[in-house]
Amino acid sequence: MKISEIRADFPILKRKINGKRLVYLDNAATTQKPKAVIDAIKNYYESFNSNIHRAVHTLAEESTEAYENTREKVAGFVNGKSHEIVFTRSTTESLNLVAYSLLAGFEKGSEILVTEMEHHSNFVPWQQACKFYGLKFNVANVNKDAELDMEDFEDKLTNKTKLVAVAHVSNVTGIINNVKEIAETAKEKDVIVAVDGAQAVQSSEVDVKDLGADFYAFSGHKMLAPMGIGVLFGSEEFLEKMRPFNMGGGIIKRVRKDETTWNDIPNKFEAGTQNVEGVVGLSVAIDYLKKIGFDSIKLHEKKIAEKAFKEISSLKDVTVYGGPKRKPIISFNVGDIHPHDVATYLDKFGVAVRAGNHCAAPLMDVFGINGNVRASFYIYNDEDDLDVLIKAIEEARRFFAR
Amino acid sequence: MINVDELYKQQIMEHYRSPRNKGVLENAEIDFFELNPLCGDEIRLTMKLNGGRVKDVKFDGRGCAISQSSASLMTEEFKEKTLDELKKISQEDVLRKLGINVGPGRLKCVLLILKALQRGIFLYEKSEN
Repeated sequence: MKISEIRADFPILKRKINGKRLVYLDNAATTQKPKAVIDAIKNYYESFNSNIHRAVHTLAEESTEAYENTREKVAGFVNGKSHEIVFTRSTTESLNLVAYSLLAGFEKGSEILVTEMEHHSNFVPWQQACKFYGLKFNVANVNKDAELDMEDFEDKLTNKTKLVAVAHVSNVTGIINNVKEIAETAKEKDVIVAVDGAQAVQSSEVDVKDLGADFYAFSGHKMLAPMGIGVLFGSEEFLEKMRPFNMGGGIIKRVRKDETTWNDIPNKFEAGTQNVEGVVGLSVAIDYLKKIGFDSIKLHEKKIAEKAFKEISSLKDVTVYGGPKRKPIISFNVGDIHPHDVATYLDKFGVAVRAGNHCAAPLMDVFGINGNVRASFYIYNDEDDLDVLIKAIEEARRFFAR
Repeated sequence: MINVDELYKQQIMEHYRSPRNKGVLENAEIDFFELNPLCGDEIRLTMKLNGGRVKDVKFDGRGCAISQSSASLMTEEFKEKTLDELKKISQEDVLRKLGINVGPGRLKCVLLILKALQRGIFLYEKSEN
């Protein structure tokens, strides 16, 4: 994999920020889009834009075909069946769908277990659904390296636990959870496993069977596809039993004045006009990643993660949160300089990073901070990008010194 | 595009490094705590009044250079003003005083002190009536 060739596929990387080359290190928030994806969306609108299903003209047949073929492609990507793939707006919507539709069938007093490292999207829906349905919400701790404390997790996995929800990869520390081990532990007690894969799918195909995930949620926009397209894999065993999440057109077989029968899965969960543009983009994004090869991507990420962790950690006054074993997502603080000041100052050097609590306030509480600065690398980031970041952090430290 | 050098110009950095009116006034008539939900920054504004005018003012809390220097600069303006005069201070006034242009990302930081002022006065007048 040649990074210079990959970079050439991403038009936005030619942009100058404050007169400097854009060093885009906010990939955990969203990835940039290759020309292939942008062209595919343009081509969709110029050639076969049409609302899918229930129409028999040529355009509708073509758009429906593109939509359903992508469903099949995504099924292959996660090793599920086509009818186990539900298109949503985002990871957040996927998780809300499970929280509200599945938990509705749980006995009062049942328990849900999440972890301290969850993004709010894999935390708040469960917390609130628990309040709504009269269930108990439990949170497993992380250890001093910000990894899941398996002992605490097992303690909190009680006979009443009905579902565990866990991130595949932390969006703050890049730490990769051992989902397989977590799922095996959960399965011993017949507990359903839901996984937030938002930070995992951009560098790896997923095998939901091997992982033991009953639900697996992710977003297209963090893997080169457009914003507004999300995926939920749900094991058919559960999807069949669940009520629709959004009510409306497309999810029904028959509607009478006083009664409605639901459509088959997955259509039962896809109410209203769907994001066909997003699905078309997602299809091309998956092809693009496969062409590079997930083994190459993983190797590249491993190398840059190790180097970035080592170099950022060794900077004066810099604290990096979490241990060294991770994806290339590195969050840190520079002395007592406010993370927003650091992030804004880095912009002067063309560096785009994120600052704040990264929608993971419970984890920030564990660290005892309000927020930090997060640099996240992807396939088009090279060592030069890291060098620019390192120099910019040092400049920021000097500038804000009191 | 963000003009970093303009944002962190000398006046801002000077107030960031040595903030004026930092601290808490005991038994202040106006005592308000405001939180910036964007970053969790906190500000506490305390003001002592005399004959309807601000006799003394202090702010406390933690935050970025922009919110801290904005609070430092603006509290200088609050002194000796009547509550009615303070209520007239607008978003534009604060930006003019700071002399910077900020994007949507940092506007909340700049205006944190103004929000604390407005809410503080509102609650004070409500309790007086």
